[in-house]
Amino acid sequence: MADKPLRVLVGKVGLDGHDRGAKVVAQALRDAGMEVVYTGLRQTPEQIVEAAIQEDVQVIGLSILSGAHMQLLPPVLEMLREQDSSDIIVVVGGIIPREDIVYLKENGVAEVFTPGSTTVDIINFIKEKVEQNK
Amino acid sequence: MSDQEKNKELIQAKETWQQKVNKTIEKYPERKTFKLDSDLEIETVYDPLNMADFDYADQLNWPGEYPYTRGIQPTMYRGRLWTMRQYAGFGSAEETNERFRYLMEQGQTGLSVAFDLPTQIGYDSDHPLARGEVGKVGVAIDSLADMEILMDKIPLDQVSTSMTINSPAAVLLAMYMAVAEKQGIPMDKINGTIQNDILKEYAARGTYIFPPRESMRLIVDIIAFAGEKIPTFNTISISGYHIREAGSTAIQEVAFTLSNAIAYVEAALGAGLEIDQFAPRLSFFFNAHSNFFEEIAKFRAARRIWARLMKERFGARNPRSLMLRFHTQTAGSTLTAQQPDVNIMRVAFQALSAVLGGTQSLHTNSRDEALALPSEHSVLLALRTQQVIGYEIGATDAADPLGGSYYIENLTNHIEEEVLRYIDRIDEIGGAVEAIEKGFIQREIQASAYRYQKEIESQERVVVGVNRFTQSGEQPIDLLKMDPATSQRQVERLKEVRLSRNQGKVAESLQELRKAAQSDENLMPYILAAVRAYTTLGEICGVLRDVFGEYQQQVTL
Repeated sequence: MADKPLRVLVGKVGLDGHDRGAKVVAQALRDAGMEVVYTGLRQTPEQIVEAAIQEDVQVIGLSILSGAHMQLLPPVLEMLREQDSSDIIVVVGGIIPREDIVYLKENGVAEVFTPGSTTVDIINFIKEKVEQNK
Repeated sequence: MSDQEKNKELIQAKETWQQKVNKTIEKYPERKTFKLDSDLEIETVYDPLNMADFDYADQLNWPGEYPYTRGIQPTMYRGRLWTMRQYAGFGSAEETNERFRYLMEQGQTGLSVAFDLPTQIGYDSDHPLARGEVGKVGVAIDSLADMEILMDKIPLDQVSTSMTINSPAAVLLAMYMAVAEKQGIPMDKINGTIQNDILKEYAARGTYIFPPRESMRLIVDIIAFAGEKIPTFNTISISGYHIREAGSTAIQEVAFTLSNAIAYVEAALGAGLEIDQFAPRLSFFFNAHSNFFEEIAKFRAARRIWARLMKERFGARNPRSLMLRFHTQTAGSTLTAQQPDVNIMRVAFQALSAVLGGTQSLHTNSRDEALALPSEHSVLLALRTQQVIGYEIGATDAADPLGGSYYIENLTNHIEEEVLRYIDRIDEIGGAVEAIEKGFIQREIQASAYRYQKEIESQERVVVGVNRFTQSGEQPIDLLKMDPATSQRQVERLKEVRLSRNQGKVAESLQELRKAAQSDENLMPYILAAVRAYTTLGEICGVLRDVFGEYQQQVTL
């Protein structure tokens, strides 16, 4: 029996308008056979969590290049826990300093993809992680 | 020998040479297919046979002469170098003011203000949606009080200031004017540029507030008001930079920028302005990307297309209306987080292409910008790069030094043709506003961005340090550390401003603004009055949000 396609929410959190990366990744995930919901710009952490639960996704991919990640990502993780949805895998892409990556990964972000990452890396990571979670 | 005979001989000679080339390729195959970023396949060499229809006076002419292919000034950089203008801003007005004064001491010749995202989207620093964003990608400006600090000890009649501000451009311009008033500087002595280019915000950059029609009205209000009161200020900087950063090709960058420019010109004409009154104050902003020769040709082509458009399509007569004046920034998206020092070289080549393309002003990116906001040391290296190009290497000695190169002229012609084809397509759709509302421009950019990424991943496109010549165990470099208390301090200052001002005046200014927004009066005088009373950016934009509504993004994927 063929597996059901993976469902991924790709979102832009905060006021950041740089959506090139988010859109390229969304398109690559789709070409890799995943079902992708793209939120568009200016989502609050609340909106992201709500959309992820409503759309029943296994993965949330958040893109942020404005430097507000330490304020905007922890609320997403916290709300997922509160709503018993911490099984949803959260991956992040953007300009994130090393020490912040350490903090975010300790607090529930599965992986952070910084500039230079390939869409193949991201696709493989998501597939493996979802497989592990089964 | 007649020209015809000479030509015939040349064709024969080339055929003989081509046979040699074919043999060489059989033995030593070429490394790859050579293509421009814009997908044109490049020939082995360019020669007089590629110049069959070349007409010097028509296509090039001398520098400072229509169609300005060779530059807008007769002597170009022999008279004066471009303005070295580093985009800067972070944290509070105090910190940014300090960075500005440092850059000027180091020989920078113009200022360029980066605002934080809440400012760019018309929210005060204490708005819930400003969470985490205050002072991050630029400086937070909530009221005139902040602008006074930002420009403290900077004589506004002696510097030109560029402000990257779009949706709330009217408010920030009013604040700048109010500070100049307080410094006692006559309005016709202030110089600078506001970006004020909303169309590319919808298509590529994302800091929109109001719907397109209302945004266009604000822009025309500014153009009309500034034309009268601050005649030497550039009222708009029509920007391809962000379109390119979002992933477009060089050709798309020019095509979409000029289509947006056409939309602004038509809006201003529609409001009853005269073309030669406002067109001289239109300015442009382009990207200097990695394909060196393609970029040089791009700048030259853009100048020629604009001059012809203005003359032939809009009937402009004033030479200044025909001249495409532009600022350039090197391509942020080409910077790599890996081996960041290599970025210094990338930036230098990109900056050189802008200079050889005849830019009026230039920002060079810093080596660490794929990692964080640039440190002071990195910014200094970036500025020094411009100074080396300007003073050491002879790049500025002759105007348009690559003019007449078979290759450059062919690229220039090719880019011009393709740009005109795109502009026709956009005209058919109904103009830039329609094309953006229908998602056409967004989809075109996206397709190019995706292709570019695929080329990197397949190694068809080499990025040193990323997909070739990689290195493990890199040493981290020192990055700028942001002061985490900035945001709190900014919110406190905002509170103080709100407490110490004349509340009656503020309320009145907002009421007047609301009435004017509901009518078709020019909004600038009302915004200026509000700003003088220390009404905040968020309060002013709040009223306009009420009256105009907010733009809902067209999500294309």
